[in-house]
Amino acid sequence: MAIQQLEKHEHASRRTAPEITVSGIGKSYGATQVLRDVTLSVTPGEIHGIMGENGAGKSTLLKILGGAITADSGTMELDGQPVRIATPRDAISHGISLISQELALIPNLSVLENVFLGHWSNRGSLLSPNRDCDHFARLLEETGFELDPRATVGTLPIGQQQQVEILKALARGAKVLCMDEPTAVLNEAEKEKLLQVVKRLARTGTTVLIVSHYLEEVLGLVNRVTILRDGQHIVTEDAGGHTPESLVRLMVGREVDFLIPDVPQVPSEAGTVIRVAGLTSAKVKDISLEVRRGEILGIAGLVGSGRSETLLAVFGADRTTGGHVEINGRRIRPSSIRDSIKAGIALIPESRKEQGLVMSRPVGENIALSTLPARSWAGFVRTRREWTEVKDVSKSVDLRGARPGQPIANLSGGNQQKALFGKWLLNPPAVLLVDEPTRGVDIAAKARIHSIIVELAARGTAVIVVSSELEEVLGLSHRIHVMRHGRIVAEFDRNATRDEVMTSAFLK
Amino acid sequence: MTTTSVAVPSSAGKKFNLNFKDFGIVFGLAAIMLFLTLNTGTFLTGRNFINLFDQAAVVGLLAAAATLCIISGVFDLSSTATLAVSAISGVMITQHFGVAAGFFGALLVGALLGSITGLIVVSTKVNSFIGTLAVSIIYRGLAIVITGGSIVAPLPDQLASFQTWTWPSLLGLTAGSVLMLAMTVVLGIVLWRTTFGRRIYAVGGNQEAARLSGIRTGSIHVAVFAISGLCSAMAGMILASRAGSAQPAMAIGIELTAIAAVVIGGTSILGGQGAMWRAFVGVMILTVISNGFNLLHWDTTYQQVVTGVLILVAVAADGLFFRKSTR
Ligand SMILES: Nc1ncnc2c1ncn2[C@@H]1O[C@H](COP(=O)(O)OP(=O)(O)OP(=O)(O)O)[C@@H](O)[C@H]1O
Ligand SMILES: [Mg+2]
Repeated sequence: MAIQQLEKHEHASRRTAPEITVSGIGKSYGATQVLRDVTLSVTPGEIHGIMGENGAGKSTLLKILGGAITADSGTMELDGQPVRIATPRDAISHGISLISQELALIPNLSVLENVFLGHWSNRGSLLSPNRDCDHFARLLEETGFELDPRATVGTLPIGQQQQVEILKALARGAKVLCMDEPTAVLNEAEKEKLLQVVKRLARTGTTVLIVSHYLEEVLGLVNRVTILRDGQHIVTEDAGGHTPESLVRLMVGREVDFLIPDVPQVPSEAGTVIRVAGLTSAKVKDISLEVRRGEILGIAGLVGSGRSETLLAVFGADRTTGGHVEINGRRIRPSSIRDSIKAGIALIPESRKEQGLVMSRPVGENIALSTLPARSWAGFVRTRREWTEVKDVSKSVDLRGARPGQPIANLSGGNQQKALFGKWLLNPPAVLLVDEPTRGVDIAAKARIHSIIVELAARGTAVIVVSSELEEVLGLSHRIHVMRHGRIVAEFDRNATRDEVMTSAFLK
Repeated sequence: MTTTSVAVPSSAGKKFNLNFKDFGIVFGLAAIMLFLTLNTGTFLTGRNFINLFDQAAVVGLLAAAATLCIISGVFDLSSTATLAVSAISGVMITQHFGVAAGFFGALLVGALLGSITGLIVVSTKVNSFIGTLAVSIIYRGLAIVITGGSIVAPLPDQLASFQTWTWPSLLGLTAGSVLMLAMTVVLGIVLWRTTFGRRIYAVGGNQEAARLSGIRTGSIHVAVFAISGLCSAMAGMILASRAGSAQPAMAIGIELTAIAAVVIGGTSILGGQGAMWRAFVGVMILTVISNGFNLLHWDTTYQQVVTGVLILVAVAADGLFFRKSTR
């Protein structure tokens, strides 16, 4: 045993993963039971998908495995031995690593320092960077990543930061990786790369538990799936016999239609609502576009191509150095968010944590925040009216079970996204700018958000949608602009194919 | 699932769920008061309570203002420097134009200095902690310049009316205490029910999200500093009224006591969270402890130790409960 222990440390990454069995796991927050009596086992070296609707308890389950939170009841066994995992440290010492969606890296440190954070090789008490470098090179080989060990983590694109997080887990000898929605923030190319790495790791004996709302992606990747519904374990079985439809049926408990709804034609007499002419900021150059009443314009492009920055510039959130925005023929004061909002522009930003929500405040206050004056009297908030309107909006975005008075930080990721979307629905805008509208939401909620967008357009809102999911852009938009290096480089109509759009986004 | 806490949807739409984390501090205050009631014959007397509130008036005003500042994500270390300059200005105006004009002038100077502090912090984008520290040194310097470093006092025949704020008024409480209570209630309502209050929370909780929601975050901060200046001036009036004079070094360090009271009450120094009643409870705890040391004839040097420990306990408890609620 002792020798084996030692070996475990020396060649941690070479060892095979343990069989994990959890039984009777329960977890409550106050009166809400988030997980009840969850029992499942994960075989060594498999890729195991964990699926369920928003709020089903997927993240909670992974966090329990990773020691980030502790279960109220239930037991856990590794290779038949009962273990207690109360802290992330415990989990790591058993070879289990949690990679949550909010990456836990130190932005000011280098890649190398982050990977070996707290686990530096040392001789005596002196750090031994050379040994770390060697180890790093081995890890790169193992994963096939291309990363500069000296690069500062904060400056890397999100996809590479995630790679750093994976290396960090492997450097600690992780044999089980718990990945919570790793692909939600990635673009197509990065996604593809990540999936390759996951497969590669599994081949070398690492177990991967993965949460994702992309059904095809999961079906193409995993060996087995576990379905959770309302905190209950529904089934764990081979993914082989499943189709997206059959998974959804299990997740939701009924049939759902999750295709993007038909987008009605824009009436030919519909006038232009928003006209952007030559808009230039630090990040985008010479952006010109027009959207008519009821029209949905999609913006595609790679991460970093300036899609989000275009929306920020149009909204007046980024300082512009040239060009202007007109709403219904009236020019907006440049770089003035308030003027934009007054003219009827709404922005649903990309990052709900950094740009969208005030995490310390309740759901209702967040939803009401951007339209406070509409429900005020002499500076006082008309709380009763706010309460009813917020409830209506919660219902229309399907914020099930979330009370308006509940802290928004306690909602599941997908439900936070729905609340963010709801923020601008209290008073339907003339122009809606949406950045990644369905990031992290489940398939049913996604369909809901899509139909809300289509419906808003049908009622006369001009919509601009940015999304890394090409299907979303293709399915929702009447027209598509493709961006590259901060400029609009191509324009397609509704019948564009995936390949055409991809090619123009990638062209040098 | 037995329902021990009944959800009562109030008109505010909030669910009132009594729990220890939210109200633990109130029990703390109650425990100290109970202890003093049982161990002294003098604590639970009207006279002592009038005295208690009077002692709490100055810190109470500063803590009410500090609550707004901290929730909106800034600190105002210049508050007592502003207090000194406004009190001095008030006395000097009194000498020339009478007591009423003096008080009015003091408030005006306070609000003005607060706005200037706010504009400086917002426009230079320096960390408010450092920014207001620098500003406070400037204001103290200013106070020395206008007084020539000496004590200023109203004319002898003005003194009686200048000391209005020490007079008994409502329920026998001194006018200063009533002013403090009134301001706490007013600012509490502002925070709780107005759109301005909502914006204060939003700016402190997530400045970028607030900005993208169309909130002028700079204006909110300037307004908060202006209110802080106004409250400082009120506190200055009360102090000057009590002493019958004002001087450049008055109330040094009390800005930190006020921040401590806010923190003891349970308002998070990270911003975006907290409430006005918490500041009031924090102030009362500090005041009652100091009162207790007097009544029990304990060595007051230990009072500082107790206060320090209390601040640590309050902050640590916050962290502990916070961790617990997310684990
Ligand atoms: N700290 C907390 N306090 C109270 N409730 C919480 C807390 N954390 C999570 N919950 C609740 O637990 C439930 C499950 O959350 P969890 O994050 O596990 O969902 P999920 O399956 O990961 O959903 P998503 O797909 O949206 O990420 C949700 O209803 C959520 O509101
Ligand atoms: Mg989740």
